[in-house]
Amino acid sequence: MDIRTGFFYLFAALLLFAAFRVITARNPVYAALYLVLAFFQAAAIWLLLKAEFLAITLVLVYVGAVMVLFLFVVMMLDINVDSLRAGFWKHFPLAATVGVLIALEMAAVLMGGFRMGEEPRSVPQLAVGASQFSNTKELGKLLYTQYLYPLEIAAVLLLVAIVAAIALTLRQRKDSRHMDPSDQVRVKARDRLQVVKLGPTLVAPQPEPVAAAVETKA
Amino acid sequence: MTLTLGHFLSLGAMLFALSVIGIFLNRRNLIVLLMAIELMLLAVNMNFVAFSYYLNDMHGQVFVFFILTVAAAESAIGLAILVLLFRNKSNINVDELNTLKG
Repeated sequence: MDIRTGFFYLFAALLLFAAFRVITARNPVYAALYLVLAFFQAAAIWLLLKAEFLAITLVLVYVGAVMVLFLFVVMMLDINVDSLRAGFWKHFPLAATVGVLIALEMAAVLMGGFRMGEEPRSVPQLAVGASQFSNTKELGKLLYTQYLYPLEIAAVLLLVAIVAAIALTLRQRKDSRHMDPSDQVRVKARDRLQVVKLGPTLVAPQPEPVAAAVETKA
Repeated sequence: MTLTLGHFLSLGAMLFALSVIGIFLNRRNLIVLLMAIELMLLAVNMNFVAFSYYLNDMHGQVFVFFILTVAAAESAIGLAILVLLFRNKSNINVDELNTLKG
């Protein structure tokens, strides 16, 4: 048993423990923090598989951005935990059944007939020299040549997601005195300033006949 | 005893089964549901990376890259919807999402 295997078992055990705590934690904040732990362990396992770029991306993008977003949302919402966990043990038999079923099915696939890649296939990067092989470079070469259009689509997808997330949560306050820039640009001089023609002399306004009527009545 | 592809596939399978159990257990808590979906995607990505290493094919890692992109977009929009839901209903109970009578 070499050291790589030992590290694999360590990381895998921690990953499964963290995943278990994510689904059973009482407080959603703890669940989010255990999910961070799970992502770190997965990144370590990916490092064992020599996928360095993806491991770093997982830590930076997931732990750095997505999980922080999760934590913000969890802490911002005032969640009543007890009402949300009402049916926890009621659903447990069904959940255990489905989980065991899935695990057994996958185990059956793995145990029977699946004999593939017991050892890594011929590794060309070792021929070049393992020190010069760059996972990031190879991934970049693929992404920017063969997968260029999917990359562009992914970029557009992220843009749409940004716009959608902002548009969903944007709220106009009723009492804020904000300016509308488009109205400001579109305004003409005559909307703001009215030039009134005035003659040199003005006719005096007629005295009200009401006062005279009151006098005669008295 | 060296590591084989089966080790990593078993790990992915166990992770996936755990997150399915999590989805059933936390059926009311929308935020834990989102976290369980993230765990499922992580399990799938684990399989992709393992296959990519053992078949010596970089395309698997490209797929993981795209899955990460989609998962990030999904969780951002999911959390936005969650915030919107909390603003309207003052809780995130899935059972109360019956306005559409679907």
